[in-house]
Parts: sequence; C-alpha cells; structure tokens
Amino acid sequence: MNLNNSVFDSKRGHRLRMKIEGRIVNLFVSICAFITLLVTFAIIWNLVQQSIGFFTQVSLIDFFTETRWSPILIPKSFGIAPLVAGTFLVTIIASFVAVPVGLSVAIYLAEYAPDTLRRILKPIIEVLAGIPTVVYGYFALTFVTPLLKIVFPEMIIFNALSAGLVMGIMIIPFVSSLTEDALIAVPNSLRQASYALGATRFETSIKVVVPAALSGIIAAFVLGLSRAIGETMLVTIAAGATPKLTFNPIESIQTMTAYIVQLALGEAANGSIEYQSIYAVGILLFLITFSMNTLGHWIVRRWRNVY
Amino acid sequence: MSTDFKLNQNNLSRRKFIGIIFLVFCLLGVLVAMMGLISLLIQVILQGYEWVTPNLIFNYPSRHPEQAGLWPALIGTLYMMGLTALITVPVGIGAAIYLEEYAPKNWITSFIEINTSNLAGVPSIVYGLLGLSIFVYFLKLERSILAGSLTMSLLILPLLILASREAIKAVPMAHREAAFALGGDKWQVVKMAVLPTAFPGILTGVILALSRAIGEAAPMVAITALVYITFVPVTPMDRFTVMPIQIFNWVSRPQDDFRGLAAGGIIILLFLLLSMNSIAVILRNKFQKRSEE
Repeated sequence: MNLNNSVFDSKRGHRLRMKIEGRIVNLFVSICAFITLLVTFAIIWNLVQQSIGFFTQVSLIDFFTETRWSPILIPKSFGIAPLVAGTFLVTIIASFVAVPVGLSVAIYLAEYAPDTLRRILKPIIEVLAGIPTVVYGYFALTFVTPLLKIVFPEMIIFNALSAGLVMGIMIIPFVSSLTEDALIAVPNSLRQASYALGATRFETSIKVVVPAALSGIIAAFVLGLSRAIGETMLVTIAAGATPKLTFNPIESIQTMTAYIVQLALGEAANGSIEYQSIYAVGILLFLITFSMNTLGHWIVRRWRNVY
Repeated sequence: MSTDFKLNQNNLSRRKFIGIIFLVFCLLGVLVAMMGLISLLIQVILQGYEWVTPNLIFNYPSRHPEQAGLWPALIGTLYMMGLTALITVPVGIGAAIYLEEYAPKNWITSFIEINTSNLAGVPSIVYGLLGLSIFVYFLKLERSILAGSLTMSLLILPLLILASREAIKAVPMAHREAAFALGGDKWQVVKMAVLPTAFPGILTGVILALSRAIGEAAPMVAITALVYITFVPVTPMDRFTVMPIQIFNWVSRPQDDFRGLAAGGIIILLFLLLSMNSIAVILRNKFQKRSEE
C-alpha cells in the first residue's frame, strides 16, 4: 500500500468536499436573506389580494368618508373613521405618557446618572419591553381602570384612557432607549465646549446635547408611536369593542387591531364580507405603521453621521 | 446655540436652581417608569399568588375556576417554541451570515437591510393575517401547531437576523484575516473563526427572540381562533392553544375568580420568561469567559 498516495487522495477528496460544502452554504445563506424579501412581498400581496373582494363591494370613498363601522349588524356600514379615531385616541394618550417620561429617562441616564446607577436602572426599565402585552391588558383592566374610576365615576369599564395610559408605560423603553442612543452619539467635545463657556449641566443638556440629537429623538418618538398603533392585545382587553367616532377618553372605543382580533375570534366564514373586512383594516394598519417606520429609520440613517 | 450665558453671580444661582428643578423632573420620569413596573408586578402577585397551585399547572381548562388549569396551553407554548426555533434559527442565522459575510455592497443588499428593519416593525396582528390566509387556508395546514409555528417564525425572523448581525459584526476583523492567512476559504473562515466567537451573542439573540414569541398573543388568536382546548397536542397538525391566549380568555371573563386565575397564569408566564432570560445571561457569561481564555 502506498501511504503517500492515499494521503494525497484523502486530501484531494477533503478539498473537494470543502469546496462543495462552501457552494451549498453560499446558496443556503443567500436563500435565507432573500426569504425576508419574500415575507414582505407575501404580506403585501396577501393584504391586497384579500381586500380586493372587500373593495369591490365597499367603495374606497365610502370606506374613508362613512362615519359608522357596523360590519355585522344590519344596516351594515364600513366607514373606517371610528376605528382610526379609536386607534389615534389611544396612541395620543400613550404619547402623553411615553414622550415626556421616555425623554426624561433618557436624558437622566445619558447625562446625569453615575455609571453604576445607569447599569442598574437601564435593564430594569428594559424589563418593561419584555412583558407580554396580555399582561399589560390585565394590568389596565384590573388596576388602572378601578383607580381612574375614583376620579371619573361615570367612566365605562372598557375605556380609551386606561388602555392609553398603560400603553404609554409599555412604550417607555422603546422611546427611552432609542433617545438615549441618540444622546450618547453626541460627541463629548460639544459638552466640554459648552461647560467651558460656563454653562451648567442643565443648559448643556437642553441647549447643546438635545438639539444636537434632535433627529434621533424625533425618530424615537415616531418609532415608539408606530409601535403603539400596531399594539393589539392591550387594547382588545382594556379599550373595549365599540367602534365609536369620539375623542372622549373615558368612553369605550375600538381600535383597528382590536377589531381584527374580535372578528378572528368569531371564526367569521372565509369569504364573507366581514372576513374580508379584517384585511381591509389590516392593509390600512400596515400602510400607517410601515410609513411611520420608514420615516423613523430614514431620519436615523439620514442624520446619523453628522459628526 | 443661545447667547444668554451670562457670568453673573446672582444669575448663576438662579440657573443652578433651574437645573435642579429639571433634574427633579427627570427623576420623576424615572420614578413613573419604575412605579409602572412595580405596581404591575405587585398587582399580578397579590391577585395571583393564591391561584398558583399544582391545579393551575397540571389541570385542563374548566368552567370552575378552582379546577381550571393551563396544562394544554403550557404544552402548546413549549411545543410551538420548539418548532419555531427549528424553523427560524437556521434561516435567521443564515440570513445574518449572508448580510455580514457574503453580500456584495450593492443596492439589493441595502434594500434587504432596510427591509429587515421594516419587517421588525410590522404589527404582529398583520403576521397573524398572513399566517391565517397562507398557512391555515392556502397551504391547508388548518389551525395547527405547524401553522402557528410557521407564523411565529416569520414574526421573530427579523429580530433574530438583527441580533445575529450585531453578534457577527462584533467579531474582530483580525480573526477573519488570521483564518484567511492559514488558507481557509470563505466558509471555513466563517465556520471556524467567525461563528464560534459570535456564538454567545447569537444564542442570546435566539433566546430573546423566542421569549418575544412566548408572550405574543395577537397572531396566535388569528391562527387558533378557538380558545377552549381540552387536550394536549401530540402531532404538529393538532389544534392547540398557548399561554397568552388562555390568559386572555380568563381576563375577558367578568368573574373575579377568573381574573385571579389569569393573574396566576401571568405569574407562570413571567416566571418562564424570566428563566429564559436568566439562561441567556448565564450562557453568555459562560461562553464569553471560555472564548477569552
């Protein structure tokens, strides 16, 4: 037996195997990356294709101008306004909590907190982002609503205010961590220059660091609010199931997401107009959140490397 | 910037005072966030602790709150997690490897990158609608665990890709250069130099993405519809329910006992999430030490 030859053979075989393995891996990872494009395409195609049936029966003009949403009770009416109003009412209430709190948490962590405290506080606040949304729904319904009822005795159990406040707490970590990233990205030389001019820490934070990070902060708000618009279980549990064109926060309303869940739970017959309507609501929800996310990411990318 | 920085002693004390008021305001913000978290946890624990019994874990759902449990939902959650991990981990890591190591720098690549971060922001209920029409009706998987897992895989795929990319990006260039210098080809370099170093970060990403999936109820509501399941799923084609849906079902009932039951279920769900996150931290620390040796 020729030892040298067999070593040579096995080496060549090994090299060939490695080459084939490399080719297969190359193909596999490329396919994986293109799957993400496929998913986006599938989402859009699915929403469009399923809602075409709906829009042949309900005109786009009726969809946007009618003021009553009554998909099951006769006379049926498919005016999206009450669902959009409900969604924005909850989102606006949430932003009253999440924007000031998220901003002040971020400024405190980035500009004031000593390093050790920051390392303790940051993970604790981020726990808020990891709590499932049904838990927030439970919290809104069993804790915040009874508390609010002391202030507003006439308030309905399911209401926009309670859901909105809890949603605000829920998106604090999204707003604060993106804002903090933007503040930290401001170079220290700007802070030093400001101190050298005799500015206090507050003046440095508000008049130098925050304006320098403004684009990132705005992006954080936009992305946080987009998150609130797409949030589902919390509003399904706590905000009610009454599509109503109102801006009264202590009334029961219904958001776009909650409507989709309500219909999906009822096992609406595949092909009926109620079933198709969830895709029509879905496509509007997708368009709103998609444009807000694109805007947010665009602001981050466009302004990131200013320094 | 403003021009009102006056070096006047009286003015300085006023400016410092404003600064202190602002700091108090910031601390109030931190306090609001902390109070939100603390009151949520206290509410859940106070309402739910007496409901956390072996009945709650090992029993089937029931009309009688004292006998009701979430055994089918617990098994359903674990089953779906397993399938989701099998589907999404290879694809997610593969896509991350492609984007970081293989992809040419052109507009298609940057389009895929932008698309991935946009996908991460698509509302979860939209994934539910996608799963409902594609997996449940079009591919005729019915309302099965497989349909649920596929839907959940699509939902957490962008999160996993983003986390894995961060981990791969953090591997120093010198590791790759050294491996190339030893004669490795592209895949050998990735397999033997990049992935072992990136492994702890990827693992953390996997666990965090899966824990997002555990708590996600909205898309599963669209997929399962039925919330009253009284059997444990065996094959991937069985109907199923998951813990957040069972909790949602209990919360939606007006009786106080079911609310208590929901709180008990939440304690178990949070415990599961907490242990997953702790495992992620422990594993990361362990592997990080080893790679430093």
